[in-house]
Amino acid sequence: MLRAEELHHSFASVRALDGISFSVRPGQTLAIFGPNGAGKTTLLKVLAGLIRPQRGHAHVDGGRRAIGWIGHQAQLYNQLTVKENLRFWASLYDVHPPGELLARLGLEEHADRPVRALSRGLLQRVAIARALVHNPAVLLLDEPFTGLDRTAAETLGRLLAQHAAAGRATVLVTHNVEEGTGLATDVAFMRAGRFVHFAPRAGRGPQQVGEEYRNAIA
Amino acid sequence: MRLPEVVRHSWTVASKDLLIEFRSRTAIVSAAMFVILVLLVFTFARDPTAVAAVDLAPSILWVTLTFAAVLALNRAFQLELENQALDGLLLAPIGRSSIYLGKLLANLVFVGTVELIGVPLLALFFNVTVWPYAAPLALVIVLATIGFVSVGTLFSAMTVRTRVSELLLAVLVLPFMIPPLMWASRATGPLLAGRPLSDIIGWLKMLAAYDIVFVGLALLLFPATVNE
Repeated sequence: MLRAEELHHSFASVRALDGISFSVRPGQTLAIFGPNGAGKTTLLKVLAGLIRPQRGHAHVDGGRRAIGWIGHQAQLYNQLTVKENLRFWASLYDVHPPGELLARLGLEEHADRPVRALSRGLLQRVAIARALVHNPAVLLLDEPFTGLDRTAAETLGRLLAQHAAAGRATVLVTHNVEEGTGLATDVAFMRAGRFVHFAPRAGRGPQQVGEEYRNAIA
Repeated sequence: MRLPEVVRHSWTVASKDLLIEFRSRTAIVSAAMFVILVLLVFTFARDPTAVAAVDLAPSILWVTLTFAAVLALNRAFQLELENQALDGLLLAPIGRSSIYLGKLLANLVFVGTVELIGVPLLALFFNVTVWPYAAPLALVIVLATIGFVSVGTLFSAMTVRTRVSELLLAVLVLPFMIPPLMWASRATGPLLAGRPLSDIIGWLKMLAAYDIVFVGLALLLFPATVNE
């Protein structure tokens, strides 16, 4: 479903990706943890096709149409309402925005509000709705829990679990070991553009993963 | 990517830009105010006994419209940087050409609106007759506008991620605007003096050729300007 082969990418003298290879199968959720500057965002951008790697190759079955992306920014237009934003993004994918998406994310009452008037947490929920608007086969999530309160984080967790149960794949990068581990079927630790650990979660809890992470990047 | 898809996606991008501009009115209002102020300054600064208004009007019209267009063009990709929406556009399964054509279409509407304000004001302030020549004048304006807006839209994409995008856009785009503006000015003069359309056919052909070449080049080069 998603395959990365020997990805290399540098920004000036900084090596962001240094020979990363892995694959993600349908139903798999890979959580990637790493400190700032480890290359996590660059990796997601390469997988999404937003950055062309200097060496290596990334492939997603179904191409761009199959990818849902949540980046550091919401990718929404401040002057448009929530509904107008979702309608715009849906029309680029030639689909109608699914009505139940707003309800599932608790956004129904905010549908006609301009995005500029939303709080950080609500903005993140709309960004999640935007990423899911075309029912993508692969979700690429960069710190998706940022700004979410506990209820919204739980809702996102449920959505991602449903996404995986439907045989779809997720790659998630986050600093939040607790929330990331809870969703993951596989866990990777990233440092200086390399995976220093990549293994199935295999029943490990957040505490154990957190401890192994601290040891691996120390 | 098939033609109906390109047209549909271009219109989706353009209508979104137009809706945002309709809500905020930042580019239109600033460009329209600029046009009004510049025409007023020229009206009071000129000596009516030295040069006839009909000789002066074409150059003033095109200088004013050019700088007003640069003001409006800068906004085209600025709004895509809000919340990094550009990444979403680039990730969407639409051709880069649809993004460019959508932006071009929206910019043509912005600049066309500014021109709709500027031309009657020029006629009023300089006391030149434009209505009998409205159709050929509109043709000159449309051809020249497509030319410089197509180049301006490309450079707007190229400069938007730089720290001095407004300055850089003007510096880069103005040299490319010189040919269509020169030809448009040369075509507008005879029209306002009441000469027949056949007198300006050569300039119209030059403008049309510029449009074809630069819209084609911009479509080819645009993907390279937006890819990281």
